[in-house]
Amino acid sequence: MITTTDLTKVYRTRDREVTALDGVNLHVQEGEVHGVIGQSGAGKSSLIRCVNLLETPTSGTVTVDGRDLTALAGRGARPSAALRQARSRIGMVFQHFNLLSSRTVRGNVELPLEILGLGRAERRRKALDLLDLVGLAPHARAHPAQLSGGQKQRVGIARALAGDPKVLLSDEATSALDPETTASVLALLRDLNRQLGLTVLLITHEMDVVKTVCDSASLMRDGRIAESGTVRELLATPGSALAAALFPVGGPPPEDGDRTVVDVTFHGAATGRPLISQLARTYHVDVSILGAAMDTVGGAQIGRMRIELPGRFSDNVVPIGFLREQGLAVEVVTGAAPADAQASAAPTKEATR
Amino acid sequence: MTWTQMQPLLTQACVDTLYMVGWSTLVAALGGVPLGVLLVLTDRGGMLRNLAVNRVVGAVVNVGRSLPFVILLVALIPFTSAVVGTFIGPTAAVVPLAVGAVPFFARLVETAVREVDRGLVEAAQAMGGGTGTVVFKVLLPQALPSLVAGLTTTVIVLIGYSAMAGVVGAGGLGDLAHTYGYQRFETTLMLVTVAVLVALVTLVQLLGDAAVRLLGRRERTG
Ligand SMILES: Nc1ncnc2c1ncn2[C@@H]1O[C@H](COP(=O)(O)OP(=O)(O)O)[C@@H](O)[C@H]1O
Ligand SMILES: [Mg+2]
Repeated sequence: MITTTDLTKVYRTRDREVTALDGVNLHVQEGEVHGVIGQSGAGKSSLIRCVNLLETPTSGTVTVDGRDLTALAGRGARPSAALRQARSRIGMVFQHFNLLSSRTVRGNVELPLEILGLGRAERRRKALDLLDLVGLAPHARAHPAQLSGGQKQRVGIARALAGDPKVLLSDEATSALDPETTASVLALLRDLNRQLGLTVLLITHEMDVVKTVCDSASLMRDGRIAESGTVRELLATPGSALAAALFPVGGPPPEDGDRTVVDVTFHGAATGRPLISQLARTYHVDVSILGAAMDTVGGAQIGRMRIELPGRFSDNVVPIGFLREQGLAVEVVTGAAPADAQASAAPTKEATR
Repeated sequence: MTWTQMQPLLTQACVDTLYMVGWSTLVAALGGVPLGVLLVLTDRGGMLRNLAVNRVVGAVVNVGRSLPFVILLVALIPFTSAVVGTFIGPTAAVVPLAVGAVPFFARLVETAVREVDRGLVEAAQAMGGGTGTVVFKVLLPQALPSLVAGLTTTVIVLIGYSAMAGVVGAGGLGDLAHTYGYQRFETTLMLVTVAVLVALVTLVQLLGDAAVRLLGRRERTG
């Protein structure tokens, strides 16, 4: 639904150049909620603003719903009529809501309909329908200043839906909201995604947001996509920084010594089976559980556990192999593990910050 | 001079002043709003980025603003004569008043429009809005309270300028104070004229403030 190819964005100011996007290849499937997470300055906003060409990419292409938007862009700063038409079918919500204080709530929702050229009666009807959809019909005549943050963002969402978009872009839409309001706004986005088949690309710096609503996610770092995939794939990827941050195992940090610490991730059917006790019985090993958690990520039950096995990694190859055979993702944290498992420990920490 | 003698003079002077200020305010608004908006749109980062146009318009506005009004009044005499056919009287005075007020108000418009949150412009663009949408549905409505405050200031400045224009034969309250009060030592008339000018300015300010408050109410809660 949304594809960017080798997207780069370089901001040139008088005395320096900032490469905000450095060859981004993003792929968002139709009907999914895709989260882009990363630290401040990673280039997330630049990316989402390039998707509807609010920011003109320095190079690369953006395709939304099969249309190459980069080809539609007009010359210079003025967008072509074709690009404006395409934009009217892409909804966008903003961190600071960006509602017009000069208009009522209904007036704000009517603005995109005015741009689309709808008649007065039709605008009114559609705006009221949209406000009803986001639960704000009783506030249609209020001014934005009279609403709470969560209500303002609901107006923002209603406004973004006015052009019957297939795609909704959200740049930190919940970052200015308290946790409770965040949850209700995210639930609304999820509902819209399900009910309307809306594809949602959302930018956030909060792992919880990805955890609550996203089907898939990308991690951005220094203008590049470091990891990308469905939440399930990510959790099954050994060494995935996103997976570790999405679902930290907890437990004490592994000590060096004559023991092997591994992180085990269960999903689906595996969550219901007594695999650890089987492991202990079959191989006669004393398994200590250092930390464990169950959670719902992207709508699926996931369990994670950090366990400690006596002896070095080389002594535990067989039991670890057993766990892998059972379909669990096993990541060796210490115990003179193979090089690839060792390397994975470093990025894990960074993403949790 | 008695009150019955003064009254027709004062009434005529008030009518002339309101005539001069009214027309020049209208021209200032019609000229200042597009110029002010153009200054913002053509500037760096604007939607119609065009630095050449920006510099030229900016320079013209600056020259207009920095010329003392008295100089403008005199310098424009040939132009006024060409446009109106005379350089005496209230209609002739509208020309220099408007020429002085347009750049003055244009800068106030520019400041007001610049204060509009960029995010709002971006939101309109993200919906597929073009320059027209941004100007007429976002920038001007959002800047309206500041625009009204700026227009109030402009009207008050114009009342002052019109009094100055009165001295060189434009009529109005300034003329009255000058010809009767100053040249014929009608102190009472002069004092009354001054009082009327003060009342006029105060009234404009009060009305302007009330309008701004009314428009600004929507931005605040309640
Ligand atoms: N308009 C701009 N002009 C210059 N530099 C910019 C501009 N917008 C963003 N940047 C720079 O680009 C980098 C990425 O910014 P941004 O996309 O906003 O990141 P994020 O949203 O992940 O915090 C930052 O270093 C930022 O300073
Ligand atoms: Mg950002």
